[in-house]
Amino acid sequence: MLSSTIQIETKNLNVYFDKHYVLKDVNIKIPAKQLTAIIGPSGCGKTTLLKSFNRLLEIHDEVKISGNIFVDGQDIFDSKGDEIPDIRKKMGLISQKPYPLPMSIYENVAYGLKIHRKKTKKGELDAAIQHYLQEVGLWNEVKDRLHDPASRLSVGQQQRLCLARAIAVEPEVILCDEPTSALDPIAAQQIEKLLLKLKQNYTVVLVTHTLRQAKRLADYVIFLYFGMVIEQGPAEDVFNNPKNPATIAYIKGDIS
Amino acid sequence: MDVLNRRTVEEKIFKLFMIVSICIVIGSLVIIFGLVIINGASSISIEMITQTPTPGNALGGGILNAIIGSLLLALPATGLACIIGIGIALYLQKEFSHPGFANFIRFTLDVLWGIPSIVYGIFCLMIMIALGMGSSLLVGIFALTLLEIPIITRYMDEAIKMVPIGLKESAFSLGSTKFETAIRIVRRQAFPGILAGILLGLGRGIGDAASILFTAGFSNRIPTSLFDSTAALPTMIFNLYSLPSGQPKAYAAAFILLVVVLLISIISRVLSKRFMKHVIR
Amino acid sequence: MNKRKLRDLIGTKLMLIATLFVSLLFFLIFVLLLFRSGLVLQDNSLFDILFSSTWNPDNSQFGLAPIIIGTILVTGIALLIAIPISLLSAIYIAEYAPWKIRRILRPFIDVLAGVPSVVYGLCAFLFLVPLTKDVIAPWFGVQSTGLCIFTAAVILAVMVFPIIISLCIESFNAVPLALKEASLSVGATKWETVKKVVFRASTPSVIAAILLGFGRAFGETIAINMVIGGIPRIPSSVFSPGETLASLIASKYGELMSIPVHESALMLVALILFVVVLVFNILGVFILRRAKRRWTY
Ligand SMILES: Nc1ncnc2c1ncn2[C@@H]1O[C@H](COP(=O)(O)OP(=O)(O)O)[C@@H](O)[C@H]1O
Ligand SMILES: [Mg+2]
Repeated sequence: MLSSTIQIETKNLNVYFDKHYVLKDVNIKIPAKQLTAIIGPSGCGKTTLLKSFNRLLEIHDEVKISGNIFVDGQDIFDSKGDEIPDIRKKMGLISQKPYPLPMSIYENVAYGLKIHRKKTKKGELDAAIQHYLQEVGLWNEVKDRLHDPASRLSVGQQQRLCLARAIAVEPEVILCDEPTSALDPIAAQQIEKLLLKLKQNYTVVLVTHTLRQAKRLADYVIFLYFGMVIEQGPAEDVFNNPKNPATIAYIKGDIS
Repeated sequence: MDVLNRRTVEEKIFKLFMIVSICIVIGSLVIIFGLVIINGASSISIEMITQTPTPGNALGGGILNAIIGSLLLALPATGLACIIGIGIALYLQKEFSHPGFANFIRFTLDVLWGIPSIVYGIFCLMIMIALGMGSSLLVGIFALTLLEIPIITRYMDEAIKMVPIGLKESAFSLGSTKFETAIRIVRRQAFPGILAGILLGLGRGIGDAASILFTAGFSNRIPTSLFDSTAALPTMIFNLYSLPSGQPKAYAAAFILLVVVLLISIISRVLSKRFMKHVIR
Repeated sequence: MNKRKLRDLIGTKLMLIATLFVSLLFFLIFVLLLFRSGLVLQDNSLFDILFSSTWNPDNSQFGLAPIIIGTILVTGIALLIAIPISLLSAIYIAEYAPWKIRRILRPFIDVLAGVPSVVYGLCAFLFLVPLTKDVIAPWFGVQSTGLCIFTAAVILAVMVFPIIISLCIESFNAVPLALKEASLSVGATKWETVKKVVFRASTPSVIAAILLGFGRAFGETIAINMVIGGIPRIPSSVFSPGETLASLIASKYGELMSIPVHESALMLVALILFVVVLVFNILGVFILRRAKRRWTY
C-alpha cells in the first residue's frame, strides 16, 4: 500500500483528557519524506493526534495515553524523562498561531542551535542563521534587522520564522497544525509553497481543516472523525474514491 | 416619568458621594505629600545627606548612616528574595509541580504575605539569639529577605501564569528541556511582570521599619562589616519623630523615602515599556 | 550533552529546595512561636490571658483583653472609613471619571500604595495628632492628647485606601464591555448598570480587596505605634490612647526581651497575629470560592 518507508506509526493509540475520550484506537502509518494531511471537522482530535507524536500532550497532566507510537521503528514511550527532549528535537512543530520566542529574530533561529550545542563559533552561527532564513524566504525581508524583536514581524513572517527556527535543529519530521489558518491568503500561499519544498527533505504532517489545501498539497491523507480514523490512504484514493459514507459526506461538504 | 426621576436622583446622590470620597482620598494624599515635601525640602541639605551624626550628639550632623544602611539592607535582601522567588515561581508551573502542590504553596505565600512584618522581625531575632549573634546588618538583610519573598514570588507567579501554553510548546518542540524552557523562554516572556514584582519588593523592603527594628538595630556609624548593627531610613524616622529637635532628620529621611518610592514607580513604568518589546502577545 | 542534563538536574533541584524552603518557613515560624509562647502559658491559661484586662508584666499579669479590644477598634474603625470611601472612589475612577483624570489618578494611587508606613506615621504624628487634639476631640466634647485610637484608625484608613481602590479598579475594568452594553441597551441607567452588573460581576475581587485591606490594617505596626499612645488599658472612648497587638510588640520587645516570661508573652502575641492571619486567609479562600461560584460571568 505504501511505496516509501514508514516514519511514524501508531498502534491502538487512545487519548483521554480527564474522562473525555478524545482519540479512539488510532492506527495510522505516516510515510517518510512525503506530505501527509490529517483532515477532519474541528474538535475531532487532529491537534491532539499531532501533539502526541512528539509527546507534547504530556505537559497537560490531565491527559491519559495508551498504545504505542513508533518513530523510525522506536516506540517513543520507551524513552524516559530526560530523553524526551531528544524525541521532540526530531520533530519540529508549527502551531496554528505562530509563537516566536520572546527574543530577537536572530536569537530565535539561534536558540535551537545553542541549546543543542551546534555551530558554536560565531561565524558558523551567522552563516547557519542566514541559510535557514533563506530556506524559508525570510532572509531578504529581515537581513537588516536581525536583532529586532521577533514580535515586531507580521504574522506571516512570524510563521515563516517559526519554520526556520524549527528546521534549524535539523528535525526529520515537521508537524504543522493548521499553519495557515491565522494568515492572509498571500502569506498562506508562501507557507504552502514552503511545505511543498520541505517535503523533499522532511516528512511533513499537516493538520488542516480546509479540504482544498489538503487536495493541493497532500500525498497521503488521514481522515479523522470523532477521534476515530475513518479513512487513510494515498491522496488520490481518498479524494476520488472515498469508501466510508462519513468521508464521502465530508468531501462533498456536508460535514464541516 | 416619576420612576425615571427617582432613578436619576439616586444616581446623582451617589455621584456626589463619589466625588466627596475621591476628594477625601486625594486630599489625604496631598496632605501627606505636601507635609513630606515641604518639610523635607526645607530640612534637607548637603550636610544632611553627606554626613553621619556627629559623635556624641545623635541629632547633629546628617543621615548618611541611614541612607547607606537602607541601601545595604534592602538591595542584598531584594537580590536574595529575587533569586529564591524566581526559583519558586518557575517551579510552580505545572511542568514541575502538581497543581495541588502549587496551590498549597501559593496559599502559604499568601499567608506569609499577610503576616505582619514585626513577626518576621522577632522570628529572625529568635534565630539570631539562638545563634549567638547580635543585631546586625546580616540579620536585618535576612529579615527583609523573608518579608520580600512572598511579595516578589506571587508577582512573578502571576506573570508566569500568563505565559501562553503555545509558547512553551514551541520551546519544547525545539527539544528544550523543562528547565531550559523555564529559564530561557518563560522567564523572558514574563519579564515585565517579574520586574514589577522585584521593584515592588524593593519598595516594600526599603520602607519597612518593623522587621529591622530589632534585627538591624541602630547605629550612628556606617556599618563596616556584616556583623555591625546599622541605621536605616525607616528606623531613623521611628527613633527621631517624637523629638522636636529630631524632626528635621525624620523629615529628611521621609523625603528621601518618598523620592525612592516615586523613582521605583517611574522606573517600573519605563522599564516595563522597554522590556515589553520582546513579549509575544 | 551530559553537562546539559546535569545542569537541568541541579537547577530543578534548587528550584524545589527554594519552594520547600518557603513552606518550611511557614511551619518554622508557627512552631517556633508556639514553642516560645509555651512558657507564659504554663502559669496562665490562654483563657485568662485573652480575657483578663490587666497588662502588667512586672506583676506577672498578662491580660491581653485591652489590647485585643484596641486592635478590634482600630482595625474596625479604619475599615469602616476605608471601605465605603475606597469603593466609591474606585467606581468613580473606573466608570465615571474622564479618561484624562483617570490617567493621572491611577499611577498616583499606585504610588500611594508604595509609601512606607513609617512615612504615614510621621505625617499622622505631625498633622493628625494636633488636629485631633485641638479640633476634632473638643468638637465631640472630649479631652484628648491626640495620641489615640481615633487617630490611629484614621491614618490606617488612609493607608488602606490605595490597596482597596487599585484592586477594585482592576476588577471593575475586567468586567467585559459587552456585559455593560447589554445592561445599558435594555434601558438601564449608568448607575443601575454599575450597581447591578459591574459591581455584582466583580464581587469576588471586591471581597478579596477588602480582605487584603483588612490584612494590612490588622498587621500594621509602626504607623499605629507612632500615634496610638501605647497604653494597654481598656479605652473609655475612641479618643483615649490604646494599644494594638502588633504595636505592643514593637514598643515592648526591647524592654521585655531579657525576662523569659515577658518575652514569651510577646511571642504569644505574635502567635495570635500569625493565627488570625492564617484563619482569615483560609476564610478568604472559602469566601472567594463560594462567591466565584455565585457570581461568574
Ligand atoms: N487541554 C484540554 N483539556 C481538555 N480537553 C481538551 C484539551 N485539549 C483538547 N481537548 C478536547 O479534545 C478534543 C479534540 O481537540 P483537538 O485535538 O484540539 O481538535 P481539533 O484540533 O481537531 O480541532 C476536543 O473535544 C477538545 O474539547
Ligand atoms: Mg486544532
